Amino acid sequence: MKQLKESFLALLLLTVITGVIYPVITTLIGQFCFNYKANGSLIKVKGEIVGSELIGQNFSSDKYLWGRPSSTSDFAYNPLASSGSNLGPLNPALLSGIHDRVAILESINKGIAIPVDLVTASASGLDPEISLASAYYQIPRIAKARNISNDAVKVIVDQIANEPLFGIWGEHTVNVLLVNLALDQKEIEEK
Amino acid sequence: MSIGYIDLILFFLTFTLLSIPLGLYIANVFNEKINYFAWLEKPIYKIIGANSKRDMSWQEYALAIMLFSILGVILLFFIQILQGFLPFNPQGLGKLSWDLALNTAVSYVSNTNWQAYAGETTMSYFTQTIGLAVQNFVSAATGIAVLIAFIRSFVLTEAKTIGNFWKDLVKSALYILIPLSLIISITLVALGVPQNFNQYVKSQVVDPQTIHETVNNKVETKIVNFQSIPMGPVASQEAIAMLGTNGGGFFNVNASHPYANPNSLSNLVLMLAIIIIPGALCFTFGFMVNDQKQAWTIYITMSIIFIAFTVMLMLIEFKGNPLFNKFNIDQMMSSLQSGGNMEGKEARFGIFGSSLFTSITTSVSCGAVNNMHDSLMPLGGFIPLFLIQLSEVAFGGVGSGLYTILIFVILSVFIAGLMIGRTPEYLGKKIESFEMKMVALAILIVPLIILLGSAISLVIPAGLAGIGNPSAHGLSEVLYAFSSAANNNGSAFSGLNANSAYYNVALAIAMFIGRFGVIIPILAIAGSIISKKKIPVTSGTMPTSGFLFVCILLGVIIIVGALTYIPALALGPIAEHFMLFK
Repeated sequence: MKQLKESFLALLLLTVITGVIYPVITTLIGQFCFNYKANGSLIKVKGEIVGSELIGQNFSSDKYLWGRPSSTSDFAYNPLASSGSNLGPLNPALLSGIHDRVAILESINKGIAIPVDLVTASASGLDPEISLASAYYQIPRIAKARNISNDAVKVIVDQIANEPLFGIWGEHTVNVLLVNLALDQKEIEEK
Repeated sequence: MSIGYIDLILFFLTFTLLSIPLGLYIANVFNEKINYFAWLEKPIYKIIGANSKRDMSWQEYALAIMLFSILGVILLFFIQILQGFLPFNPQGLGKLSWDLALNTAVSYVSNTNWQAYAGETTMSYFTQTIGLAVQNFVSAATGIAVLIAFIRSFVLTEAKTIGNFWKDLVKSALYILIPLSLIISITLVALGVPQNFNQYVKSQVVDPQTIHETVNNKVETKIVNFQSIPMGPVASQEAIAMLGTNGGGFFNVNASHPYANPNSLSNLVLMLAIIIIPGALCFTFGFMVNDQKQAWTIYITMSIIFIAFTVMLMLIEFKGNPLFNKFNIDQMMSSLQSGGNMEGKEARFGIFGSSLFTSITTSVSCGAVNNMHDSLMPLGGFIPLFLIQLSEVAFGGVGSGLYTILIFVILSVFIAGLMIGRTPEYLGKKIESFEMKMVALAILIVPLIILLGSAISLVIPAGLAGIGNPSAHGLSEVLYAFSSAANNNGSAFSGLNANSAYYNVALAIAMFIGRFGVIIPILAIAGSIISKKKIPVTSGTMPTSGFLFVCILLGVIIIVGALTYIPALALGPIAEHFMLFK
């Protein structure tokens, strides 16, 4: 009985220290020092929230850069249902999905090899980025839809692209939402 | 961009260089040379009522752990059941089913963090911080406590007690886990991980999408104009989930969620956080027994296992999926893309950042994932599965990794002793029949649960109902689930729908026995060894350090793992590999 009481008190005390004090301290420091990031890196355009830098969105119009295929339920890039496809490498469902995505891309950019990350579902279903190869692959379509030069699109992609840290740690990727917001911004400015 | 050998070497060097000072620090905490929290410890011990001067026999120590853990399960169970009535629940999330609440409670208390739920739509902020995170801390602290008690048995001689559990527990939390968690969580916020208690944010989308929904057999067209973005104290949860090698994610997709792991730098921080304490504890062992050669022998053995499997995984995943070759798809690594098998992986991690994370999380008993293990290539999936089945000795869980490999060390000493006809001894303590019985128990109980659990699940309808992928891959899913649960890893082939009454209860049993069925024999061995005299080292003593012993230890670990699991693995990932490359 004495041991039971000791256990109970120990659990209670450690709950207060690790379950209350610890997250409160972290939240206070986080909110004070890194307010924008601690609140989810939300992007505002004209006072309205149009998304988060870190949460991918679905893009299917020709004038936008498209992201990775998403396996979230209800609709693609549903932030309340983060999920990968969980399809095994031999699963026929995986191959038929790839087949359909390749068909859509091939109907636009015939003949050019498709970067693999553009037809495979991401782990989170919310991947905000694509490889630089996938971005370059889509430039002609975007340029045509917006009636601007390929180079104008590439300039924007390259500005937003992420470099590996110290040139070795990380991947060459680009944030899809940021590129699309920049493309829209450019269109407004030029009007 | 290269296959990543330089990155791998740099990562490993950083890890080793950080492990040594942290190991010394931890040793000094338990030797009481470092005690800057003494002012805080005193009132804590007073409230608990444990006389911190009175040490416990191994039976008392084990009883304290069991009572503390079972109370933890009960408290966590009721927090989840009563969630709807508790505060800090801006989304108004309701109670969990009894079987899911039980599974989750056992999962967190046993340091497994198997998750049969999606965090963002199931758990309130109250449940996350006051329920789950508390167990992340105390289950990890319990692991360290058990290890320290075990190490003491080789340091002290002719003693009857192995230490005071409350003291070891509180010291682990105060001096090790909390300070490191604060550092890691603030770093994560600086890198973009949210930390707030806000309501989920309703946001516009830039390019509205048209979806087709079937309602009452009629197809309706809907346009998605808005998305709801989850918020929460993500950084504080992720930090301790990694440091405690718990692995429970704030979100359904764990550390592959861009809020949990926003870039390659946060990926590095998370990986270091997972592996740093298990690595450091090797050196803590060396400092406490005052013999760094023993520590390095174990550290190098672990490193060989870890690096060999990591490199294999990278080579397999970089090769990509041969079934894609019939399409016009570019899977080659280049200066513009990672290439390889990108299904279930995030662009920002690529193959290197995903594979390294996978091998760390499974060799270290963490179980957080930054890519979907279910979508790994057949042999790519074999590697995390086998690393788990090797009892997670390549650094392993906090405390549990080192006490498990010490069990294998004792087994190696025993086998080698039989071969050369000497009395087995380790660090001057004789290994006798009681120890060997407990070693056998600790080593055999986990495979028993895994193989029995998988076998039953593959013949009964309730077990088969959860399988998500056809053919051999489905068998891998079930085998992975029981391996992960019984070894307290927590990662999954998540195509398996494990949120059913059958899997929730079966896996809860596996996690509980896998945790405490090993801890109790360990404490029994500690209790027995601590009572023995030290035998002086002579020319007849078999050395337990150096190249030869590394080979023996490696051999024992691989042979025990391979003999136990190869038949089952042959039906799962290995069969699948030959279906792919026939």
